[in-house]
Amino acid sequence: MSMPFYVPPEQLMKDRADYARKGIARGRSVVVLAYDEGIVLVSENPSRALHKISEIYDRIAFAAVGKYNEFENLRVAGVRYADLRGYSYDRVDVTARGLANAYAQTLGTVFTTESKPLEVEIVVAELGREPADDQIYRLTYDGSVADEQGYVVMGGQADRLGAVLAERYAPGLSLREALRLAVEVLGTPADDSAQALPPAAHQLEVAILDRTRPRRAFRRLTGPVLEDLLADDKS
Amino acid sequence: MTADLTAGRLPAAFTTPGSSSFVEFVAEVAPTLLPGHRPVTGGGELAVPSATTIVALVFAEGIVMAGDRRATAGSMIASRHIEKVFPADDLSAVGVAGSAGIAIELVRLFQLELEHFEKIEGMPLSLEGKANRLATILRGNLSLALQGLAVVPLFGGFDTERDAGRIFSYDVTGGRYEELDHHAIGSGSVFARGSLKKRWSPGMDADRAVAVAVEALIDAADDDSATGGPDHQRRIYPVVATVTAAGYQRVPDGDLRAAVDQIEADRAGEQP
Repeated sequence: MSMPFYVPPEQLMKDRADYARKGIARGRSVVVLAYDEGIVLVSENPSRALHKISEIYDRIAFAAVGKYNEFENLRVAGVRYADLRGYSYDRVDVTARGLANAYAQTLGTVFTTESKPLEVEIVVAELGREPADDQIYRLTYDGSVADEQGYVVMGGQADRLGAVLAERYAPGLSLREALRLAVEVLGTPADDSAQALPPAAHQLEVAILDRTRPRRAFRRLTGPVLEDLLADDKS
Repeated sequence: MTADLTAGRLPAAFTTPGSSSFVEFVAEVAPTLLPGHRPVTGGGELAVPSATTIVALVFAEGIVMAGDRRATAGSMIASRHIEKVFPADDLSAVGVAGSAGIAIELVRLFQLELEHFEKIEGMPLSLEGKANRLATILRGNLSLALQGLAVVPLFGGFDTERDAGRIFSYDVTGGRYEELDHHAIGSGSVFARGSLKKRWSPGMDADRAVAVAVEALIDAADDDSATGGPDHQRRIYPVVATVTAAGYQRVPDGDLRAAVDQIEADRAGEQP
């Protein structure tokens, strides 16, 4: 009988992390940022049917990068989790923190016990009553959770785009300013010699959590509404 | 919430692909949350609150649904201000008669079922699909109905494919019947139907349709002790809602009060 080679746990975890990171890096980025009246989620996604950004609950949204089948599965689980919780207790008792914990446990368990980690990165965003109460959680393939302040970039060039956004982000932007900033960040070239090429409206998937809406705050921005927001100000 | 998260991750039922139904999901992870899945033994008359009359009618732009505000337990008035007409989603309304506690639970479940489907699939169900889902939920309640805890809903909404309002009635076994023009359910429905037959006409506008619905409830309250009429002293008026292409809208009490005053004035004037 042959003995399997000994692989140190550090190496095992590193291999898995590298594998997951490579999978995620192939995808296009998603930008999530808070503006004065809500949270805007922007992604480069030419598909009208396969969403990267979705509604989970009244004031909770979901955004993901990586393998579609894996994050779609997590999205559906999140909707089920939130609806079950809201039905058992009350709608106000469904929180992004609870959902982020459930996701973190799931991602963490898969990372350590299954043969392949999930190649996904997720943002769970919850709209508060006031801008200061907004919560944005970022979850990575190994189950670690980060409570982000104001903005997040995930996906292929997350570090690079994150640095650009960090430089230009300020709290209290209007929706128009926030959306334009997100699109410019997504259009940042891969290296300094190339030209910036912000994606056009039809290549974007955009949704907002809108503080001014009464119950279900999630709304997709498409077609003329989106084009109008992206158009240059003539005035 | 009975689904436990002790396994270290979301249980398999959460990540199983295929179903867009909240009811099917709950039946798997927390069956006791569904009214039809609880063991009920014995039988006989329970003195639980019972909800009464609901009317619905079609008008030019959609439907009107209205319900009185009384719940009775035997010969006692259990509530003067219960609400029995609810938005099922943006484009439909549901009213309930029968055992009040279970009726309200079924409405919550139905509302969530529609929202759950919409979130998972990314688009809402068709009106016909919603009507069928309600029939399925009702069927799960059959064992309770046989124990004397029957619930009968009335469902109506705006059908975007036909560009018109439609009404569906149900029986306790989950039988689904589409109604033309107008319908009423509950203990006062006999009198309300008589009133609707005389007052309803095709192509009414929203104000007229609301007045006809309110008048049908007044007639039901007149002859049925379990149906409550408008209560000027406490300022309690029926719950009346319109569903049109613009969505579900509840008619404000001020408008209802004016409609009730008009009906009462007309009737007083008619007397010799």
